[in-house]
Amino acid sequence: MRELALHILDILQNAVEAGATRVALVIVEDVPTDRLVITVRDNGRGMDAQTLAQVTQPFFTSRTTRHVGLGLPLFAAAAERADGQLTIRSQPGVGTTVDVTFTLSHPDRQPLGDMTGTLLAFLLSERTPQLDYQHRVVREGASSVEETDFSFDTADISAALAGLPLTHPAVAQWLAEFLAEGEAELTHVA
Amino acid sequence: MPKLKTLEDLKRVRDEAQQALKTRLDTGTTITVGMGTCGIAAGARETMHAVLDELAKRQIDAHVTTVGCIGQCVKEPLVDIEQAGQPRITYANVRPDMVSRLIDEHLIKGQPVAEWIVGKM
Ligand SMILES: Nc1ncnc2c1ncn2[C@@H]1O[C@H](COP(=O)(O)OP(=O)(O)O)[C@@H](O)[C@H]1O
Ligand SMILES: [Mg+2]
Repeated sequence: MRELALHILDILQNAVEAGATRVALVIVEDVPTDRLVITVRDNGRGMDAQTLAQVTQPFFTSRTTRHVGLGLPLFAAAAERADGQLTIRSQPGVGTTVDVTFTLSHPDRQPLGDMTGTLLAFLLSERTPQLDYQHRVVREGASSVEETDFSFDTADISAALAGLPLTHPAVAQWLAEFLAEGEAELTHVA
Repeated sequence: MPKLKTLEDLKRVRDEAQQALKTRLDTGTTITVGMGTCGIAAGARETMHAVLDELAKRQIDAHVTTVGCIGQCVKEPLVDIEQAGQPRITYANVRPDMVSRLIDEHLIKGQPVAEWIVGKM
């Protein structure tokens, strides 16, 4: 996949498929430490130790419709190419946390890409878990570090909608604009 | 606080939508885009963008939704169109540049694009 936002969408889909009702996505672009960290935490069914051990190996999958699992190994490979790594912690019945790190300035790091599209594709899923999203950019200012961030919790959005679905055309359009605006406010590094 | 402002906006969107729903109950169209690993890798997210843009441009009220893997990787991006009282039709390998014709023929003219169909339910 050509951008990290596509890998993120894929990991978010894993959480949906694991039956998560809550997902937290945190992206931190930290210039002073030259790190990019992406964390996806869900409260889905989780994995036992045996599954966890196999899951970053290519072609492992628990699905029965298709016998190839690629999402996690592809993301891990993207991280390793940029001097980073992918780590998964998981507990059956509790949930799963996927942490992916990169060297921000690494020439082989893929761009973050279209986060608006990724968030929109996720929020329009048939079963959308509650999403707590935070995207922070930390950079060196004139005298101290400066931080900008875009964050939202879909609980606030759902409350404002009072039962109207996210997929309603007028709502989807509002969402697309809201996400594009929020992401544009960040002075991106990645 | 720009965020509060936009949530206020959203409430206005909600009120207008609920008003509209009272006068026109038969929006009844759902377009589903497959968003599993293979779909994502094949450009499904861009196809979804194209569908949303085309619907907005032509002012067609339809719900757009995404689903995970449905096990037909080589046919991704898969797009399903479901209209009230019509069979559900699945299109294969729908790239963004195909979306305009799809919406025009299927939704506006009511003639599904036969050569792109892979399934009917
Ligand atoms: N968030 C998660 N919660 C529970 N299980 C997961 C999660 N992410 C991945 N898995 C397990 O790891 C397997 C491999 O995941 P992945 O590499 O994305 O391939 P795929 O989703 O195509 O199976 C999944 O089939 C599932 O069993
Ligand atoms: Mg997956």
